[in-house]
Parts: sequence; C-alpha cells; structure tokens
Amino acid sequence: MKITFPHMGYSYLSFKMLLQDLGHEPIVPPQPSKRTLDLGVKHSPEFSCIPFKFLMGTYLETIELGAEMALTYGGVGPCRAGYYGILHQEIIADLGYDFKILVFEPPLSGIFDFIQKLKQVKPRHMSWRVFWGIAKKGWSKLQVTDDLERMEHEVRPYEIHKGDTTKAFKQALANLDQADSNAAIQEARKDGLKVIEEVAQDRSRKPLRIGIIGEIYVVLEPAVNYDIQVTLGEMGVYANRSIWLTDWTRDNTLSDGEKDVQKAAHPYLNELIGGHGINSVGETVLYARHGYDGVIQLAPFSCIPEIVAKGILPQVSRDLGIPVLTIFIDEQTGKAGIQTRLEAFVDLLIQKKEHQLLKANLA
Amino acid sequence: MPVRIGIPRTLAYYAYFPWWKAFFEGLGLEVIASNPTSKGILDAGVKEAVNDACIPIKLFHGHIMDLKDKVDYIFVPRLVSVRRFGTETFCPKFLGLPDLIRASTTNLPQLIDIRVDLAQGRLELFNICQSLGRKFGVGFWTVTQAFWKAQRVFRRYEKLLSSQLTPVEAIERLDGGDVGELEVDNAQLSFAVLGYPYAVYDRFINVDLIKKLRSLGVRVVTAEMIPPQHLLKEAKRLPKNLFWHFSNRVMHATSYFLNREKVDGIIHITAFGCGPDAMVDRMMELAAKKKGRVPFLSVTIDEQTGEGGIQTRLEAFVDMLKRRRGLE
Repeated sequence: MKITFPHMGYSYLSFKMLLQDLGHEPIVPPQPSKRTLDLGVKHSPEFSCIPFKFLMGTYLETIELGAEMALTYGGVGPCRAGYYGILHQEIIADLGYDFKILVFEPPLSGIFDFIQKLKQVKPRHMSWRVFWGIAKKGWSKLQVTDDLERMEHEVRPYEIHKGDTTKAFKQALANLDQADSNAAIQEARKDGLKVIEEVAQDRSRKPLRIGIIGEIYVVLEPAVNYDIQVTLGEMGVYANRSIWLTDWTRDNTLSDGEKDVQKAAHPYLNELIGGHGINSVGETVLYARHGYDGVIQLAPFSCIPEIVAKGILPQVSRDLGIPVLTIFIDEQTGKAGIQTRLEAFVDLLIQKKEHQLLKANLA
Repeated sequence: MPVRIGIPRTLAYYAYFPWWKAFFEGLGLEVIASNPTSKGILDAGVKEAVNDACIPIKLFHGHIMDLKDKVDYIFVPRLVSVRRFGTETFCPKFLGLPDLIRASTTNLPQLIDIRVDLAQGRLELFNICQSLGRKFGVGFWTVTQAFWKAQRVFRRYEKLLSSQLTPVEAIERLDGGDVGELEVDNAQLSFAVLGYPYAVYDRFINVDLIKKLRSLGVRVVTAEMIPPQHLLKEAKRLPKNLFWHFSNRVMHATSYFLNREKVDGIIHITAFGCGPDAMVDRMMELAAKKKGRVPFLSVTIDEQTGEGGIQTRLEAFVDMLKRRRGLE
C-alpha cells in the first residue's frame, strides 16, 4: 500500500525505511512549503493551529502523489493535537477523497486498539519477531538522525566559513539515507559525526547560549520555524533545543528526565496542561539554572498550552533573570520578521553579558 | 462582619454558581459575585491578560479585577474534571488558570485554587468541601450540612433549567426574583443556541443574542436545558470524545438536536481565539451538513462585537429559515 506520514524534521529518513521494510510503498511527504500551507489554510478551520494546517496541506499534497493512507500519532492530553486525526479524516472525506488516516494512540491508553492498528500496517505473513526487529532498526536510525543533528548545532557557532556545517550535515544525512542495515546505520553514524566534526572551526569563540523551548512541531520542523536553529548558529549562537523525537532525556545537559522538568516548573505551574505547556515553563527554569543566556519560546499562534506558558514565563524571567523571547508562528510569519527579532534579541543578550562582565571586573 | 468570598461571574459561573453559593453560605461566608460583564470589566481584562489569550480568559481577568477590592478571598478552583468520562478534562487555560492569574496580576486577595478532580472517586467532592471547611475553620457537621444544602439547591437549579430558563434566569429565580413569563407559545421556529456557557449566557459579550432571537419569534433551546443524562447518551454517536468538558457538552448537544429533538437551525456562539472551538466548530458544521443539511450559523464574538452586525446576521438567518419553511 502507498503510505505516507507527517513531515517532522529529518524523521522522514526512518519512516521511509520502516515502511519499505514492511513491504509498503512509502510516499515521502514533500518538505512543507508555501503551497503546503496555502492548501492547508484553505481547508482548515480558521483558528486551528499552524501544525494542523501544515498537516492538512501535507496530506493533500501526498494524496496528489498517490498516497492511500497516513500514519500519525494521537494523544490523550487536553491539547488539540489529540483530535487532529479525526478532524483531518472528516475534512478529507468531505472533500471526497478515499484516504485513511491511521491514528496511533499511546499503547497504555488501549493496548488492543494499538495492536489492532499495528496489524493494519504489518503484512500478514510477517512474524511479530521480525516486525519488532524492523521497528527497532527504524528507532535506531531515528536516534542517529538526532545525534547528527545535535552535533551539527554544536559545531555551527564555531564554523569559520559560513555554511560549511550545513553542507557537512547534508552529506551525513545523505549517507545515512543509504544505510539500511543495523551495522550500516552505526557506520553512517560514525562517519557522519566525523564529517561534521571535521568542519574548520575557531574554538576560541565564546558563543552565547540560548535554549529553545515550545511546541514540538514548530520546534522540530525547520521548514515551519524558518530554520531558527541554523539561523542562530550562523549568527554565532549556540542554540540548544529542549525537544527531540528520540528521548530528549539523553541530552543530559538539560535534565535527567521529564520528571525533573515538571518539578522545576512546580513553583510556577503545578498542573499538566497538555502539549508542552508545563515543559516550556520547567525547561526555562532549568536553562536559567544551567547558566544559559536566554530562552526562545516557539509556538503556533493560538496554541492553548503555550499561551498559558507565555502568561507565566514573564514571572520566571523576572525571578531567575533569564530573558525570554516568545515567537508565535502563523501563516503571516515571514523569515525576515523572525530574522530581525532574533538579531535584536541576540544584540540585547550580548549587551547584557558585556554589562555583567564589566560589573564583575569593577567589583 | 462575615468573611467575604468572591466568585467571578464568568467561565464556570453559569454551570456551578448556585452550588458554590449555597455551600459557602452554609459555611457562614458572604458570597459576592462580580458585576455582570461591562465595557469596564472587558477593558480591565484586556489590559491584564496575556495578549494571545482568548476573550473568555481576558474577561476572567477583568472579573478578578472587579472583585479584587471587595472581598477577602477569590474562589478560582482549578477545574480538572467534574465527572468520570474517558480522558475528559478542561481546556488547558482552565487548568492553568490560577497560575495565569497569579503571574499576571499583583495585589490580589488570597486565591482559593483548590483542585477539583472529581474523576478521582465518588467522595471527591465531599472531600474537597471538607478541606475548604478546614480552611475556614468550620466543623465537619456544618460542612456536611452545607454540602447537602448545596446539592438540594443545585437539583432545583437543574429543574429550573429544564423548564427552558437560561442559567441567568434560573439563578435569578433561585434568589426569589421574577423573570416574567417567557413568550414561547407563538414561536414559529426553534433554534438550538450552542456554545460554552460563558459565551452563550454572557449578555454583554454576545450582545444579548438570546433575547434578540426571542424577539424575532424564535424559541431558543440550549445545552443546559437538556437533562445531563440525555446528553451523555449521545456520546456513543461520536467517533472519539473530546478532551474538554464543555466541548463535549456542545458536541453531545449538537448530536441531540440533530437526532432526538429536531430544531430548525443551530447557532454556534464561539469566542475569538478559542482553541477547542477551532475543532468543535468544524465538527458541528460537518455533523449538521451530514444530517440532512440542518442550517448552521457560527457567530464569533470578540472585543469588537457590535450590536448592529449581530442583529443583521440573525435577522437574515431567521428570514431565510422562515422563507424556507413557508412561514412568510
């Protein structure tokens, strides 16, 4: 069957391989573009959030490419995302397409339902053991993608020739795309990391450190947040992202687990409000504790949990002395606008830092 | 002088005020509701609240400002769930409401932000009441009596609602006020007006839409006028229930008015910037379309909602339906 999936960062490499291994024909969604958004906006409710509109557009684009089914993820939180699949399905049916959206809910909320849905993608003759092996391989590729990306963002602020890191990263990804066995994936990881590390760097720089928090889709998808991490990197800023698809707890610079993030948020927000609302508050606290220079909150316009977080963040910012810039992204957002705001924010942070250094020297 | 506790006249007010009023009065407190929404309250709210918030949250801030200097405590319960029903909870903005208020306004009287999570068990509400009682130094039996009194008052309230009074009218009637007879006999059309209670019954923010409809000769029914257990029966017809209590009620009511008690049209009142409604509004529209093209009108209310604009749209909608039914 021709199956597609939402485009989210570079995860398409793994999903493509996974579907191929299962004997389906993967339809890799095109990178979200102006056209994707236009299509999405046309058929989505006016006040739905940007991820909803982009996904709507992505589905319609993949339908044009012949996709018959999409795999996506639901959720039980009070955030709207848990209802995406159903509404997408209804709107697409209303448009007259024969297209099925298979929504995976977290297995713990209904294990039978979960298995039932797995059976729809697993070929009948395949054993569950083989299936598990394939899933595990897909997961490890996803982890390697994240590793490469992490390395990319670490190196970029030090690069001597602007654009070198991006080139090296693209090369590493292309290499990873070819890898289709466990051994080859690990090989691609080693080679990829080496390629990126070997970019000419000036390690004497002391880059500003900024944490990026917010809603998962706009944080993860470079096409939606106008490559914010790369833009910052090329300004010579180290941007640390709090959200990764594979277990962001591995990134122990920030925390030892999601529990920690929630604990950090408790003085300000003591309730799970869905989406990444509580994480945004908690991560800001943790970034401040780890001596970061600033935090950028990225969220889709009208995102409910992030609005609550935005309402609370000024207090965190005052208490802990960490500047926070909130960027809400909607269909009117343009790259130039974001660029200007980022430059202004970075300038402010540099001044603040110099001011502090000066004060320290005088004391 | 008794301790004064303030309850904002918005959000959950229309759903639960009689209950809390009876309860707190049973504890010997004086209950003060904020003034009905006005231009002043709206402006104060817009000024205080985070600018991306929806109108209801801004209004809530406004009502808090209105109460601030009149009371010793403000009651802002953190509503997590009010029944055991799947994964149902409230909109994230309700869940974070006390924290939002604290972060954005200063010089507040003490907020009572007790967590109301009734999905925990049958005794949960009683336990919450007891811990509120302890807070105000009231003994176990007095609290228990107040609890039962509140239950009794609430049953009367529900009965008044099912006799087709709106919550505002029913609350007035409970207080001994006379709301006059409703002229429903000569109505030619009946409309379901659906939406969240704080949008449907706030006369200021929706420019008294219900009264306008009634004066156009329309009988108005709302979700609150259907007994809750009838609403709940509609749950089976939906593919997946929503996460938000009030949204579920709206969806169930839509299904009820499409399948059980037929109406001539459905009007959805939605607040500008409402997150859940972005979903709910489209679901309702599709449901009405599927079910034999029941006319559906969606009215968005915001800071700028004008009397004239709404009046024109309502008249057009009513005229269209009258023509369609051959009443003119």
